[in-house]
Amino acid sequence: MSIHLKVNGRDHAIDSDPDTPLLYVLRGDLALNGAKFGCGLGQCGACTVMVDGKAALSCVTPILAVEGRAITTVEGLGTAENPGPMQRGFIEMQAAQCGYCIAGMMMRGQALLQENPKADDRAIREALQFNLCRCGTHMRILQAIHRAGELMQQAGAAPSNPGAG
Amino acid sequence: MDGHHEIALTRRHLLASAGALVVGFSLAGRGFAQDNTAAPKLPGSLADSPMLDSWIRIDGEGVITVFTGKAELGQGVRTALIQIAAEELAVDPAEIRLVTADTGQTPDEGYTAGSQSMQNSGTAIRNAAAQVRELLAEEAARRLNTAPDQLRAEQKKLTGPDGHSLTYGELAESMDLPVEAAPASPLTPHARFKVMGKPLQRVDIPAKVTGGRAYVQDLRMDGMVHARVVRPPSAGARLVALDESKVKAMPGIVAVIRDGDFLAVAAEREFQAVNAMRILAAAAQWQESATLPARQDLPTFLKSLERQVGTVAQAGTPDIPSDTKVFRARFTRPYQMHGSIGPSCAVALMQDDALTVWTHTQGVYPDRKAIAEMLGMPPEKVRLIHTEGSGCYGHNGADDAGADAALIAKALPGRPVRVQWMREQEHANEPYGPAMLTEIAAALGPDGKISHWNYDLWSNTHSTRPGGAGSLLAGRSMAKAYPPEPAEMEITPSGNGDRNADPLYTVPNKRVLWHFLPDMPIRVSALRSLGAYANVFSLESTMDELARMAGADPVEFRLKHLDDPRAAAVIREAADRFAWSRYQPAPGQGRGFAFARYKNHAAYLAMALTVRVERETGHIRVERVVTAIDSGEIVNPDGIRNQTEGGILQSLSWTLYEQVTFDERRITSIDWATYPILRFSSVPDSIEVHIVDRPDQPFLGTGEAAQGPTGAAIANAIRDATGVRLYDLPFTRDRVKAALAV
Repeated sequence: MSIHLKVNGRDHAIDSDPDTPLLYVLRGDLALNGAKFGCGLGQCGACTVMVDGKAALSCVTPILAVEGRAITTVEGLGTAENPGPMQRGFIEMQAAQCGYCIAGMMMRGQALLQENPKADDRAIREALQFNLCRCGTHMRILQAIHRAGELMQQAGAAPSNPGAG
Repeated sequence: MDGHHEIALTRRHLLASAGALVVGFSLAGRGFAQDNTAAPKLPGSLADSPMLDSWIRIDGEGVITVFTGKAELGQGVRTALIQIAAEELAVDPAEIRLVTADTGQTPDEGYTAGSQSMQNSGTAIRNAAAQVRELLAEEAARRLNTAPDQLRAEQKKLTGPDGHSLTYGELAESMDLPVEAAPASPLTPHARFKVMGKPLQRVDIPAKVTGGRAYVQDLRMDGMVHARVVRPPSAGARLVALDESKVKAMPGIVAVIRDGDFLAVAAEREFQAVNAMRILAAAAQWQESATLPARQDLPTFLKSLERQVGTVAQAGTPDIPSDTKVFRARFTRPYQMHGSIGPSCAVALMQDDALTVWTHTQGVYPDRKAIAEMLGMPPEKVRLIHTEGSGCYGHNGADDAGADAALIAKALPGRPVRVQWMREQEHANEPYGPAMLTEIAAALGPDGKISHWNYDLWSNTHSTRPGGAGSLLAGRSMAKAYPPEPAEMEITPSGNGDRNADPLYTVPNKRVLWHFLPDMPIRVSALRSLGAYANVFSLESTMDELARMAGADPVEFRLKHLDDPRAAAVIREAADRFAWSRYQPAPGQGRGFAFARYKNHAAYLAMALTVRVERETGHIRVERVVTAIDSGEIVNPDGIRNQTEGGILQSLSWTLYEQVTFDERRITSIDWATYPILRFSSVPDSIEVHIVDRPDQPFLGTGEAAQGPTGAAIANAIRDATGVRLYDLPFTRDRVKAALAV
């Protein structure tokens, strides 16, 4: 039985057990590097993606639960050549050390700003509460999400989610 | 070697007579250098790999490749080394292709550790690049019939006064001889820097924020299998029974691999391997023994392990006279983990009796030796290629995962094997930063200055890196097991457990002893800053108390005991930027100050910060942090800031939250719920990092300067806020509440 997944705007028929966590399908079947394996327990946020615009932990989300819903990974926010506002925010603020947690931080930030484009520092900290960073890049991650918010505002429209299209 | 030797001399002769240049490729080591024993020591890692073409190669097309034996660990070293090479070769940083740690290509620079990449590799590359630039200029001058100092370098071309130019590629084409580095290099002076000393965006960040292939975890190869290891539930557990039948019936299973107590499973797809690992773990019976000190308090336990005492420092008459004002204290630091966000991972491929391992090890050469020994292979048949992983902060599971992949790949020749540890495996099996106990007795003289200083520390070694096969978990578990190597106490200028145990402050009478603990019931190794974290925490807490006893301001008290103007400069800079002399505490708030020169010979760092203490809950929040750092000549100021911010926050996490827990048999810190770390709600409001630049001074390294001072500054601020000093790390809510006796 195959499961239909819509990832970054593209449809995929996945031939895996329905209880396979989304993370393994994204990384294995779809060869997407963005979502990371951090704990497999829903404790660290390295695997965070968006499902219908909300942050979700792909390591504990079975693919059956997200069939047909709009899944966005960091690859859906832009490219190295043409980065989206969230990615530009992180590049401008040089908000990475090892960078392993960063894609998860960005997806959490993206979901927050889509819901609340004017999120303040307190709201950003609250949203990131379940995402762990071990290098101690926290100050820059906060600045990067602030900056992404500004870039989205400057772009004029409400932040768009290219992956949801 | 003799033949080689002769050729080298001949080539040098050619160089001298014909002015011909360099730049083929060789991995020649010390052999060449030894023919001239009177020569001064070459700078940085050139001393070990003196051939310029081990570091820099320019091909006929003008492609510039720079080689480093150091690895990108997330500290930004790749970008900084590119800046150095670009500056000295007078090219745009985008023109530099940098090859990092790879036993097939790069010089052997040992481990990427101890904040030494800039001193060792940065210095080598800088000098090699400057010498290559000079050789290019000499060759261009010869061919353009002008003088080298008449040439202008831009866009990989050297142009003479008449407008004629030659490209680096054209010049390099005729220069294919290996040349040994000279002791002195025509380094570009600070005043003419175009690339160094300025922020350059990290070259690795765009891929990391867009889902590019950035990590060893992201490697995908044709025919690759996914493997998982079933680790023993506790150290030393023996596998006594195993029923493989259930696992072998599962879909996608390629092999169950067993070698003594080493047990693993390989499958076609990753989640199949995860499921198979769980079934296999349930089908394995282990015999465990109670080897851990769960029921003992830490000081008693550590003292029970003492076997040897070494003198780290001694001066004057250390014994304290009876009529003196003395501060006595005992400090503890628990076992703490690296806690990489991404569990360790490696890919290995055995093909035609040669093994390749892609690994995030900190030392491709030493790890190659260990893996080769474990598999009974000649080292030259084993190649280790550093591929970035999640940040490691020292010796985590990286080397073990590499060994796991190698051992499994040996059983599956022709197929790339990707091994990734699970979260609970990383937590329970990585080698921790050792627990430490320190005791101090320090006295003030009648002049209000420190007269006596007696400091004792109890610690294991802080490095069990490979080494031999016995340093690898897989090597220890195999049927033909390699036992762990015995640890030895070594007292060196850089220090280990005793790192920063000798105070930099002027003290006429002192004695510093390391009570060495050779037995390691809990596996330990290098965690960022080694013993410096606990030692600086102890020393700087003591300095604070001595200042109180002397009725002195803690900043002035420190300055009074320092002769080094660079130490004084960072202390003044941190105090000024914090506005130390004008500070007015808010209710429940306190301020703390701390200083250290890392290893007593590397970067200087001073810090002032504020904390808020909630007496009812024991909650401590660090609010504002102001730091000044001097790590020598700046290469990338933003890189220094990023590393320092990171060091502060990681140490804040160690200091407030972290301790590895265990029962009599097993580690019980097995995930982020049982080993909590810093979360965003507890991140300070602001962190300022002010850099004191030291133009034309040696690089001092940055990555480990902040850890010690952060722990001490927090302790000192809590003391200021509450009147209570905390001695035992971490300062958990329960401990704070108990200390405040609410």
